[in-house]
Amino acid sequence: MRRRPRGEHIIRLDGVGLRYGLGPEVLQDISFALPAGSFHFLTGPSGAGKSSLLRLMYLGLRPTRGRVMLFDRDIAQTKRYELPALRRRIGVVFQDFRLLDHLSALDNVALPLRVRGVKESEVQKHVPELLGWVGLADHLNAKPSTLSGGQKQRVAIARAVIGRPDLLLADEPTGNVDDHIAMRLLHLFEELNKLGTTIVIATHNEGLVQRFAHHKRLHLEHGTVSKVEE
Amino acid sequence: MLRRRSDLPLKGDATSRFLPWLVALMVYLSAVAVAGTFVLAGLVSRWDHDVAGTLTVQVAPVPGEAGEMLTEDRVRQAVELLRRTPGVKAARALDKQQLIALLEPWLGNADVVRDLPLPRLVDVSVDPDSRLDVAELAERLSDTVPGASLDDHRVWLSRLINLSLTTQWVAIGIVVVIGGVTSATVVYATRTGMAVHKGVIEVLHLIGAHDDYIARQFADRAFSLGFSGGLLGLALAVPTLGAIGMAARRIEGGFLPSLSLPVTGWVVIGLLPLIAAVLAMYTARLTVHGTLARMP
Repeated sequence: MRRRPRGEHIIRLDGVGLRYGLGPEVLQDISFALPAGSFHFLTGPSGAGKSSLLRLMYLGLRPTRGRVMLFDRDIAQTKRYELPALRRRIGVVFQDFRLLDHLSALDNVALPLRVRGVKESEVQKHVPELLGWVGLADHLNAKPSTLSGGQKQRVAIARAVIGRPDLLLADEPTGNVDDHIAMRLLHLFEELNKLGTTIVIATHNEGLVQRFAHHKRLHLEHGTVSKVEE
Repeated sequence: MLRRRSDLPLKGDATSRFLPWLVALMVYLSAVAVAGTFVLAGLVSRWDHDVAGTLTVQVAPVPGEAGEMLTEDRVRQAVELLRRTPGVKAARALDKQQLIALLEPWLGNADVVRDLPLPRLVDVSVDPDSRLDVAELAERLSDTVPGASLDDHRVWLSRLINLSLTTQWVAIGIVVVIGGVTSATVVYATRTGMAVHKGVIEVLHLIGAHDDYIARQFADRAFSLGFSGGLLGLALAVPTLGAIGMAARRIEGGFLPSLSLPVTGWVVIGLLPLIAAVLAMYTARLTVHGTLARMP
């Protein structure tokens, strides 16, 4: 997998604004750059625009103004057929997990590998290993509807990290798990970060941010960045 | 193709349950239309082949006691004139027995026909390479032999062929319309399926699936549904065509040439389920691509 030297910017936003339809701007004049290999907590009160900013970053939305540079590519200038290759370099943990209910935990986690055309023998080797690591070795064939909130969240995290992404974006990834599991998941993210993955975790769990205070913070207030540590 | 793994839960879709039945109906109708086209094409070719290069001379019967002798004399004159005409290969007068045999399928009882004042017929074979002036021959014949007239089959044959060709084009048009209706239904079913599975599609899209990865899953499902529906339609069409064939053989009589479906016709009909499945597959694929192109 391509890894860029630490320090180079993996994502840069310049004067970005976002509105839904004809509504007011939910994000205004967002400008920041995240260096490769950095670890940021995206903080801010509910409604500050954390999820919208993450959606822009994982290419789930296009900004209504401004420029988004991802992996040195200007997204506005990038052809549509080139976007899947960029998306494959991003792992996303959605706030509502977005697991596919008709697939087992194993098949959900295997999705990013399968869309890349990874051999089934590789899939069957790596996916159970990772699910075991997040404590779900006994739930490989369980459907999401039979899993608890915390278990679903771990499946969602496993799906986000299985492809060893360059950029991991997580929206409240510890919201449904107890402290012990939360710490374990944060350590998993730190391990990934050590291997070169840039991490952005949206959270309003101030206690968790304090416990990992050695990581940087990107703070949103009223749809604009009020603080960014680079 | 039918066994490829799918990430989308398309099997349980209510919208795709009606598709095989619709394709079955479409394939059934197409099979009947295709069979009609092939049978008509064969019929036209047989008629054309059978009557090309032939003319018929008709000599009206002379009434009265000596009428039969006079009529016979006029027939002989007509045959002689025809045989002398350049371009005429043969001219043969049909005797009364042959005439009665020709009319029997239409008028029935030979005894009744025997008493009718029937015109006499002369069957004429023409060299197809000669430039025989039929109009001039007709005029000469009616001037020389009283009551004689020349019937050029090409006039009524060309009308019949035109009618058959028009019918064939109508049948082809019907098949095209059926194809269009099938495609429109697949577009509707695919769009509905995409709306139902919007969340799954969005997840696949966001984790980096190419549009074709998603489109292929819809296309595979459409192929599978189209093919099973097509086979059902074919299974229903074959006995129908057999029944029509049997009914046609009963009324063939002396007028219609054999109404049989050629091997090519059966092959095309046999391929209809596959054609319907491929049509459904490509339609679904294009529909998904068109819809996904609107996603960011």
